[in-house]
Amino acid sequence: MSYLLWIIQIMFVPLVAPLGVGLINSLKARIQKRRGASLLQPYRNLWKLFYKDEVISRDASFIFRFAPFIAMGVTIIVGACLPIFTSTLSTPMSDLLAVVYTLALGTFFMALAGMDSGSAFGGSGSSREMTISAIVEASFISSILTVAFLSGTTNIAVMSAGLSPGSGNFLIPIVLAFAAFCIVLLAETSRYPFDNPDTHLELTMIHESMLLEFSGKRLALMEWAAANRLLIFSILAVNLFFPIGIAHDQAVLSVLLGISSTLLKVAIVYIVLAVLESTIAKYRFFRLPDLLLVAFVLNVVAIGLVL
Amino acid sequence: MMSALASPTMLIAAMALFGIGGVGAVLLRKSDRLANYWSSAFALFGSVTALVFAVSMLASGQTFVAQTTSDSFPLLSFALNIDRLAAFFLVTISIVTFFCSLYGIGYIKQYYGRYNIGYLGFLYNLFIVAMLLVVTSSNGIFFLIVWEIMSLASYFLVAYDRHDPENVKAGFLYLVMTHIGTAFILLAFILLYVHTGSFDFTVIQAAMPTVPAHIKDSVFLLALIGFGVKAGIIPLHIWLPAAHPAAPSHVSAIMSGVMIKTGIYMMIRLFLDVLQPAPLWWGIVVLVIAVASCVLGVLYALTEHDIKRLLAYHSIENIGIILLGVGSALVFSALGMSGLAVLALTAALFHTLNHAIFKSLLFLSAGSVIHATGTRNMEKYGGLIKLMPATGLFFLVGSIAISALPPLNGFFSEWLTFQALFQGIAQTDFYIKWLFIGVTAALALTSGLAVACFVKAFGVTFLARPRSQRAEKAHEASAVMIAGMAGLAVLCVAVGVGSSWIIAQLQTIAQGVLSAGDHATLVTVTSGHILSIAEGFATVSAPLLSLLLIAVPLVVWTITRFGINRSQRVTTGRTWDGGTDLTSRMEITSTGFARSIILIFRGLLKPSLQHSVEYEDAASRLIPRSRSVTLSVQDVYRRYLYRPVFIGFIHLSHWIKNGIQNGNINAYILYILVVLLVMLGLVGVW
Amino acid sequence: MQQLPELEVIGSALQDNVRRLFKGSLAIRQIDTGSDNATEQELAALTNAYYDIERFGIHFVPSPRHADMLLVTGPVTRNMAEALKRAYDATPHPKLVVAVGDDAIDGGIYKGSYAVLDGVSQVIPVDYQIAGDPPSPLVIMQSLLAILDGAKKAPKQKGQS
Repeated sequence: MSYLLWIIQIMFVPLVAPLGVGLINSLKARIQKRRGASLLQPYRNLWKLFYKDEVISRDASFIFRFAPFIAMGVTIIVGACLPIFTSTLSTPMSDLLAVVYTLALGTFFMALAGMDSGSAFGGSGSSREMTISAIVEASFISSILTVAFLSGTTNIAVMSAGLSPGSGNFLIPIVLAFAAFCIVLLAETSRYPFDNPDTHLELTMIHESMLLEFSGKRLALMEWAAANRLLIFSILAVNLFFPIGIAHDQAVLSVLLGISSTLLKVAIVYIVLAVLESTIAKYRFFRLPDLLLVAFVLNVVAIGLVL
Repeated sequence: MMSALASPTMLIAAMALFGIGGVGAVLLRKSDRLANYWSSAFALFGSVTALVFAVSMLASGQTFVAQTTSDSFPLLSFALNIDRLAAFFLVTISIVTFFCSLYGIGYIKQYYGRYNIGYLGFLYNLFIVAMLLVVTSSNGIFFLIVWEIMSLASYFLVAYDRHDPENVKAGFLYLVMTHIGTAFILLAFILLYVHTGSFDFTVIQAAMPTVPAHIKDSVFLLALIGFGVKAGIIPLHIWLPAAHPAAPSHVSAIMSGVMIKTGIYMMIRLFLDVLQPAPLWWGIVVLVIAVASCVLGVLYALTEHDIKRLLAYHSIENIGIILLGVGSALVFSALGMSGLAVLALTAALFHTLNHAIFKSLLFLSAGSVIHATGTRNMEKYGGLIKLMPATGLFFLVGSIAISALPPLNGFFSEWLTFQALFQGIAQTDFYIKWLFIGVTAALALTSGLAVACFVKAFGVTFLARPRSQRAEKAHEASAVMIAGMAGLAVLCVAVGVGSSWIIAQLQTIAQGVLSAGDHATLVTVTSGHILSIAEGFATVSAPLLSLLLIAVPLVVWTITRFGINRSQRVTTGRTWDGGTDLTSRMEITSTGFARSIILIFRGLLKPSLQHSVEYEDAASRLIPRSRSVTLSVQDVYRRYLYRPVFIGFIHLSHWIKNGIQNGNINAYILYILVVLLVMLGLVGVW
Repeated sequence: MQQLPELEVIGSALQDNVRRLFKGSLAIRQIDTGSDNATEQELAALTNAYYDIERFGIHFVPSPRHADMLLVTGPVTRNMAEALKRAYDATPHPKLVVAVGDDAIDGGIYKGSYAVLDGVSQVIPVDYQIAGDPPSPLVIMQSLLAILDGAKKAPKQKGQS
């Protein structure tokens, strides 16, 4: 049983992530009164890209060639460390800081790959991405830290087991930290109002402009990794702060309940994202620190209220 | 066997080897090659001997005390006290000096015929010996003598490349600052002597209960400033970004990697050992200074485009991170939480070791780049990874380590520092808790900015296309230089993978310093590799993390390469440029990369932007001939701290010159009379 | 919204072809080589709520590196010839080049001008052409369908890139 659970745990993020992107795109199309592509379109895109040849810039070095594998690998590792449907699968890998910095390793190589080809777009994309990820990191760590102090462990896989939801004095710090984490989620996954994932204008891109040089398999891995990242942050948002339905044992029924509740909660996050992206405008780049400062203040208050 | 290695003979042998290396280099100065090989070889032997000695001291756990006194100088004694803390610093110093000496063999060659190599070899060996003695001495006066030798030797090394007036200026600034520091240290020791009657650290420690609190506080502040200058804390750091880049790169590596750590060593020695028990506010002061150093250090690093100055500012940042550990240890021990104090000090020690390794690695690889391109300006680099792949790889390893990214060593010491701070939040009461929340946030911000800064440093230097003709003709470093860098790079990986074992060892050192018993064990290593803090509050496994981070990308590569679409063809073409020729001026530059971060933090950095346009026709100003934009940051600390002090000194001097020293002999005789009367009066009082 | 019934028919046939040839995902990079923007208007209309070409698995991408098909408009001005060549080289195989509009096919109303090279085929190999000045979105879709019907299997590479 445990092996089976581990297989589900490891496969969950990479397999479900493209569906999530499909869901967001299709919802956005609906809001625009279009029918849009099918939910499965991201899988088709990836599959097609895997069967295309590649053109690699002659200026690019091994960093460019290996960055997609590291970016993808990092999201698989972190995906396997999350409390996806149960709080019983725990390894020392699930440490809060290990997860944050492993994700940062992926960003590090992605940003380097953006600079590697020497294109003007890639470099400015890397600069913007690193600017945002540099100032968002403090909020990322401290929002999860609030939950860690509540549950007495920084192991995110088992964190939810230490929480007793509904208890009154937990609620305010959890809600504050969750609000802060939502801002972190938008920043780290390059969504509105930080970045426009659908843009074709190089000048306004942040994340996408680092990918302009990638083609074929490497592009597929980069896009897949971005989808995984979105799912990872969504799972963290719902299962750390509101671990309702998550299994605390390995019985078949509670695991099934865990999986379905996670899918439901993540779907809600994606629906909110789609609505958000259809209704608000992108922020000016230099207004983003204000938003991140808000996240930071929320976190400080949340941690202060915990103890 | 062990006892033979741990005997003081080994230490004396190491000193002797450095001595032979230094003196021999002077004697062989006629031949550049011989002087280089001689001094570097003996520096290598000396480092190995010192390393073996220090490691066996640590392994055997013994303390070595030696003292010689002479009647003619009753206060000066050649007193050594090598406990575990000193042995740990000996290990750190000798590891770095070993690889730097190896690297030096190749690096010094560029000075052949231009400068005196024998002189360099002499100073280099003297510098190392002085550092080794600084961390082992246990007598105030003896300490000051070796401290001064260390400072002077490093001054001459900073000014070694003397044909560049910038270097001479940097050396002078260093000389002034380090002596201001020494003056404060001297005052601290004299205050201690007045109240304890001895310069010997053990005697001072024993007499500590009789010293009044305000004297202890004064000693703390004096020593904090004195050693803070050497460690490079903000705002006493101004010499550091000037002096470290000026020295030859293998010396920069030693200065940044270990010399500034001697300041840290003495802070740990005095504040956590000799002057204990300490009041709470000491720790708070150290924490505040640490936060300022790490946040401002990394922000100033981001604004730099001189690669060695960038690294020097990162040294300030990392000194800040180490001081976060030291400051937390002070706070915890003042609150009586010995277990947490041990945890915090362990983190500080581990970061000291790690910073020594990766910072010297970065300085050495920066040295190779400068050697190959002839400039320190990062805007003139670009695309070097294709021309110097080994150096590029080592710089990448160093960058990942200093950015605290897993699985290299920097991550684990920063992890441990974070854990100490987390425990500080969890276990202290109201006001101190808020302090720790702020400090934790500052550390997280620092590490985020450090990642951005090293994306910039590595990307601008090694990626994309060369931006100058010198960079196009860059060449790989020589084999010995590569060997020196490779050794440090391997250590970055090894210390990362073996971090749980090393942390366990460092914990015993920290327990020894704080005289805390075994009960104060917060860090435990379970099932051989899992590091666990405070009974499972946080756990991490370095080998597992390393394994996964290497294996999973490899698996992904194998599957995508061989599992899907095997017949895929990969071709190389030009970078997609939208039809416009991509010149090197269109790549992102160091200034451009950091610009948005600088603008976000403009409140702190005070950036200034200057446009200047030259026109073809000055009258109508229609056709510009050239346009230039200069983006720079103001030195806030220079403007608001150093300049007022400087102006004050000038005014004082004028006042003395015009008021007292007025050239009237009668007035001078009056001064002498007044002084005589005052002295007589004083004698009468006593 | 009332839609033309034939749009649905063409669309689903197009979708079948995209599935067959491009695994259900056709990425288009549009290149303007000095067009008068009439064709661009029609191409932009493909993604609006009425035609909504995205539901058939066809989408526009920001870089030729990501593309399966280059839709080239305009008569190829001298200044754009090199850019067009480079975009073609930047596109990984398998790729299709489609010249859209009369200008792109042979210069159209600009034919013979000293400023233009009279059509895309003068610069890069063109696989298919869509006539019209400009072709309406429906015509473009019909032509795409014809093109994909004609391409029996995914196009293999022709020249060395």
